[in-house]
Amino acid sequence: MLKALVIDPGKCTGCKQCELACSYVKEGEFNPAKSRIRVFDFHQDARFVPYTCTQCAEAWCQQACPVNAITTNEWGVKEVHDSLCVGCKVCTIACPFGTVNYNASTGKVIKCDECGGDPACAKACPTDAITYTDIEQAGFDKMRHWAAQTDAGSRAGH
Amino acid sequence: MGWTGKVLRVDLTKGKCASEDLNKEWADQYMGQRGLASKYLSEEMDPKADPLSPDNKMIFATGPLTGTCASTGGRYSVITKGPLTGAIACSNSGGYWGAELKFAGWDMIILEGKSKKPVYLCITDDKAELLDASEIWGKSVWDTDAWIKTRHQDPQMHVSGIGIAGENGVLFSCIINDLHRAAGRSGVGAVMGSKNLKAIAVRGTGGVKVDDFPAFLAATSAAKEVLAENAVTGEGLPTFGTQVLMNVINEAGALPTRNTRDVQFDGAHDISAEAMAEPSGKNGKPNLLANQACFGCTIACGRISKVNEEHYTVQNKPEYWHASGGLEYEAAWALGAATGVNDLDALTYANFICNEQGIDPISFGATVGAAMEMYEDGTLTDKDTGGLKLKFGSAEALTTAVELTGKAEGFGAELGLGSKRLCDKYGKPELSMTVKGQEFPAYDPRGIQGMGLTYATSNRGACHLRSYTVSSEILGIPEKTDPLVTDGKADLVKAFQDATAAVDSSGLCVFTTFAWTLEDIAPQIDGALPGEWSVDKLLEVGERVWNLERQFNLQAGFTAKDDNLPKRLLKDAAKTGPAKGLVSGLKKMLPEYYAARGWTKEGVPTNETLNRLAL
Repeated sequence: MLKALVIDPGKCTGCKQCELACSYVKEGEFNPAKSRIRVFDFHQDARFVPYTCTQCAEAWCQQACPVNAITTNEWGVKEVHDSLCVGCKVCTIACPFGTVNYNASTGKVIKCDECGGDPACAKACPTDAITYTDIEQAGFDKMRHWAAQTDAGSRAGH
Repeated sequence: MGWTGKVLRVDLTKGKCASEDLNKEWADQYMGQRGLASKYLSEEMDPKADPLSPDNKMIFATGPLTGTCASTGGRYSVITKGPLTGAIACSNSGGYWGAELKFAGWDMIILEGKSKKPVYLCITDDKAELLDASEIWGKSVWDTDAWIKTRHQDPQMHVSGIGIAGENGVLFSCIINDLHRAAGRSGVGAVMGSKNLKAIAVRGTGGVKVDDFPAFLAATSAAKEVLAENAVTGEGLPTFGTQVLMNVINEAGALPTRNTRDVQFDGAHDISAEAMAEPSGKNGKPNLLANQACFGCTIACGRISKVNEEHYTVQNKPEYWHASGGLEYEAAWALGAATGVNDLDALTYANFICNEQGIDPISFGATVGAAMEMYEDGTLTDKDTGGLKLKFGSAEALTTAVELTGKAEGFGAELGLGSKRLCDKYGKPELSMTVKGQEFPAYDPRGIQGMGLTYATSNRGACHLRSYTVSSEILGIPEKTDPLVTDGKADLVKAFQDATAAVDSSGLCVFTTFAWTLEDIAPQIDGALPGEWSVDKLLEVGERVWNLERQFNLQAGFTAKDDNLPKRLLKDAAKTGPAKGLVSGLKKMLPEYYAARGWTKEGVPTNETLNRLAL
């Protein structure tokens, strides 16, 4: 079963525990600036939105890499191999979503790799705004929510 | 390792920024934030200095857990001598700014002197410089935030600064970061304004490390579980915010109403958490849109609200139609119950203006309440108020007053003095609901006896956040005590004061203590810092901080006479509710408290106490 990080911005409070967990796992320190997942604060709309790599099936970053440093693992996750990455940053240009970024202190690019199947951000999220679930059923809860509302009208008519 | 070990010293007079090593010996004795900065302040300045002169210093300080994954680990405090009180001031704020300062590599910033012209301090990692603020002097907090981010082309910057209230010397002006998080009390914004410092912008790309990562992660994870499972921090605060208290405190007969003439407000429900969640206006949306967490906080009590677009305050003013920081309990009480106003949209608008212009809504609302009483008894006339009809319950008076206060225009300039100076000026000192010049907050000491002693003895003037005995007396945390009796309150207040001083020195939020005891907190600090940090050590640090602040105030000229309450609370009995017939029993509690503290009858720490605390 392939899994995905499913993000529900409606549940996000903007606490940034995901950024702290990610940067600790990847950098060994608390450093949101180097987190692979970032939370955006759309203050005037009262919305907080966590955002990270969605692991495209046909990934722009992977196709653009001139040295084949980005590979797909058995879970469909695109991984950067530091031993191959030359820091050319072409992938950061190719990615339409901005989720591949350059780390100046190492000279390599960094992106979400779902922590090898056990993403720290999802575990750290206190409100379940970030969950790690079956990729083919990612929309199930949302469908269920809307299904409940669709049914409510007809039941009320009885 | 918890601390970054670096202090940024900014000489505003000379326009110079310099890095220096953190004093590790003091850090071990005072931990960080409130405690450590109070130590620096005490060592470096004369407590008798005029708070608005260049001789006053100002410290922005983080704690060792600021910028870590500990829940609520994002706090910072501003420590200075407060102009509202003349006492040591320590105003604590959340949001994201404190953590960002840590990521830039600094434990604290010490500001001294006075700049010749308006400047802002810009910190990008280890680079710090003072830049010209002439284009933003006169602008609001919100416009300043946007201007700085645009000027530096960096939306990831975090800004802490003053609005026009701080520039205009409003004595209860505050410092606002991240648009609506406030270092709120004692007039710290006026100190910043007096130094011609508009804002401090920070961007940090470094990391924060702790001493023992495995131990720290185990302790912080366990503590987060405790918060999640607790009824207050896991459910009450995220759902209702601090406003969960409005109906509770009103029913307890401890909601100071109309300048504390009464202890219950007939409009309490209209301005409560429950009302904020009810659909209102044409679009049927509630006042409350979302809850927001500060940095690292797994409670998320912050309110994000909107003023109904049809409300008179924002008609044809689309700049106020967006969501922003909504009403917390203390603000809702001060803007509402203290003034008798039950119009939720008017309160939300007034709160927006307080955030936009950097005004402490507690002191502002309480001062308006005092002015309303003087207006109604004829002391203040229309001539005095410039035609402002300051009647209890008038939303229009409240919302006009808040606009005038920030600008220091007309009667707003007098309101900006705070209720003590205002009432003194008009010959009615007894109508000022203050201690040491600071307006007290949303708990009536007749209905919650411990809060009377809390206000009277608070080192920064009347305040609920120095020993929140409401926890015990009303909510039963950590154990229930009777709010109507004075027995045992001296020891209770001392215990809360010491524990709170420790929490305030750590980088954590005091709201965690609805669920956490020091048993939950000590292992987190112990994991973050070198050395042993036990519960006993935290209590010792807390007591040391308390006595250090007390000494600062004694040296500034305060005496036991200032550990007092307004006559109204000591002479006029509560008229309704559970506390009906009661006055504050301060006179009985105060000597017990001095004894519990190891102070003389004159409220001075004995040599034995000072030696015990290595002071």
